[in-house]
Amino acid sequence: MTEIREVSVDELRHLVSDRARSGETMLLNMGPQHPSTHGVLRLLLELDGETVVSCIPDIGFLHTGVEKNMESKNYQQAEVMTDRLDYLNPIGNNLVYSLAVEKLLDLDVPERAQVIRVILAELTRINSHLVWVGTSALDLGAMSLFLYAMRERELILDIFEMCAGQRMMTTYVRPGGLWRDVPVEFEAAVRDFLALMPARLDEYERLLNNNPLFLERTSQIGIISKEDCLRYAATGPVLRAAGMAYDLRKARPYSGYETYDFDIPTETAGDVRARYLVRMAEMRQSLRIIQQGMDRLPYGPVRSNNRKYVPPPRSEIGVSMEALIHHFKLWTEGFSAPQGSVYATIESPRGELGVFLESDGGPKPYRVHFRTPTFPNLQIMPLLSRGHFVADVVAIIGSIDIVLGDADR
Amino acid sequence: MNENLQAAVDAIQAEFGASLQTFRGEHTLILAREQIAAAAQALRDRFQFEMLVDVTAVDYWPQEEPRFHVIYQFNSVSHHGLLRVRVPLSAAEPKVPTLEGVYPGANWYEREVWDMFGIQFEGHSDLRRIIMPYDWVGHPLRKDYPLGYEEVQFTFNFDDISLRKPHPKE
Amino acid sequence: MGIEQKAGNMGVVTARLEDVINWSRTNSMWPMLFGLACCAIEMMAAQAANYDMSRFGMELMRASPRQSDLMIVAGRVSRKMAPVLRQLYDQMPSPKWVIAMGDCASCGGVFNNYAVVQGVDEIVPVDVYVAGCPPRPEGLIHGVMTLHEKIKQEKLKTWA
Repeated sequence: MTEIREVSVDELRHLVSDRARSGETMLLNMGPQHPSTHGVLRLLLELDGETVVSCIPDIGFLHTGVEKNMESKNYQQAEVMTDRLDYLNPIGNNLVYSLAVEKLLDLDVPERAQVIRVILAELTRINSHLVWVGTSALDLGAMSLFLYAMRERELILDIFEMCAGQRMMTTYVRPGGLWRDVPVEFEAAVRDFLALMPARLDEYERLLNNNPLFLERTSQIGIISKEDCLRYAATGPVLRAAGMAYDLRKARPYSGYETYDFDIPTETAGDVRARYLVRMAEMRQSLRIIQQGMDRLPYGPVRSNNRKYVPPPRSEIGVSMEALIHHFKLWTEGFSAPQGSVYATIESPRGELGVFLESDGGPKPYRVHFRTPTFPNLQIMPLLSRGHFVADVVAIIGSIDIVLGDADR
Repeated sequence: MNENLQAAVDAIQAEFGASLQTFRGEHTLILAREQIAAAAQALRDRFQFEMLVDVTAVDYWPQEEPRFHVIYQFNSVSHHGLLRVRVPLSAAEPKVPTLEGVYPGANWYEREVWDMFGIQFEGHSDLRRIIMPYDWVGHPLRKDYPLGYEEVQFTFNFDDISLRKPHPKE
Repeated sequence: MGIEQKAGNMGVVTARLEDVINWSRTNSMWPMLFGLACCAIEMMAAQAANYDMSRFGMELMRASPRQSDLMIVAGRVSRKMAPVLRQLYDQMPSPKWVIAMGDCASCGGVFNNYAVVQGVDEIVPVDVYVAGCPPRPEGLIHGVMTLHEKIKQEKLKTWA
């Protein structure tokens, strides 16, 4: 049996109540291998009977060293790592990294690429919310919803596979545009999905919204106020369910989101059910955005024309010497970015996803830091779970939609 | 730069002796470490920077003075402003006051910076490692910490590496 | 189904003990519900309606290591997780098998650095490696079928 070096109760005495040291309350370990922690989250729960007195989250079980590893790759190579951070939102991660590099290089992106980016980012948001609704309903005992949600998720993954050749880790959005143009079948596939999805969302809501068991498990559980969200920098659906209409797509628009017509769904209760309702409404808004994107999808190039930073199209390499040289230079030594630091953000399905990128003038990023939404959202776990039952902790973990790859990086 | 952000930048420059850098439309204030707690208090209370979005650091090793920059991102939700503050620290004394009292959300961020860079936050209530194991030695994101690259096995060196690799028992 | 003719009136079927035991082991294999990273999502997809792993009799995921005999390591294993993973393996009753699902679990994948164990075979003995980042659900199903083939070839004298 292997020994695991553990932190002692003495070291944690400022986090648990005094009763824990006398043995009056029980310390219970939940995770890292637990079916409903959505990954490898570990919670140390101090329990008085069934009631949670204090909760100490322990993260880092999925620490991948991405930030350090990216420092040793050049800008194009480093992008491959970004997919695997928040593995439910790979296109969003590519997008935020590309936005940061484009900001650093002062690079423009063609209109067609912008629209496709928006469509794919919104499809990814629906994909992520589908996995969320499936797994968190499964935690609360609604097995059938998991099967339904995974069925619809396959339709989205088929679209990604059509574009990039990979189901999940696409690396499709690149600095300066896209890897390549979407195939001709793309439009029909997205339109089919748009026609199908609203009815499916109605079906989910019929299953859950007025289900007495679901209501009982979610209403008045895990309440957080708007002020606490701001103090702890919790963003995304957690903040919107507490009554604040803050969405980076409206607050700091990127990729042309300011030209789309959509609403920010909010709730005021701030409990598990409010977060559920906000995410369901967000999926409908995403469908609206995709519809508008499909209607305006212009023709044109999908990559910037700046050959110093963006590789030329394949067709030019055979006929142009300059194109061949640029291609060779870009894929051997990469491009050198100007010295400076930038911070780019997008609204990921979980909240504010930011990249802090610092360049020292060389072909490799000097420092990359991901400001990931799960990390601060997990920090409010002790606040949310205090005074609730252990079974409610499961519902609360589900409701803040954690992805441990996102928190631990 | 909107009005609120302009007012905040002017006030922090005047009162705390900060210097301003602008790159690609982003504003960075460079501040001495003694001033950071008071400046954060002023940003939150007087200029509605309600959120401390991010705390991170950059290591400029082998440069000694300053070796680290601690980077804070402040976000004003009501005025849509984003402000970055950099605090230079020397290699001999990597210490900075905690912002936990002003923004409770700084707690985990500062633990992460301590874990990854070994920068101490004075007055922090719970400065334990957060991401690496409790008994880990070193601070991985420092530039003098090796990447920990392992050699890849190919046909020609398969046996050599196989000898060195640990092979678990049943 | 034909077994009546073979059994005749006696109700007896003759077979080698090896075959019977290997057959029963392959067809009642309970994997442990243990997801680490990206591959866990594809593992979920493999169990869901579109791919439906249960067609092959391998759907009954158990949350406890004490009740399972197949560990699917789905995702990258960090240095912090490695002792936990070994402890889970130790808690599983014999006979037990391990599938390394995905590139990270097989060899470290794209993450060659201080934080990630370069292949889960440094911690636990692995029977089947499934390539892909992440593997498609079909890939995982093929991995489990390959493991079934492997088990069917086990010999009585190697059980010991």
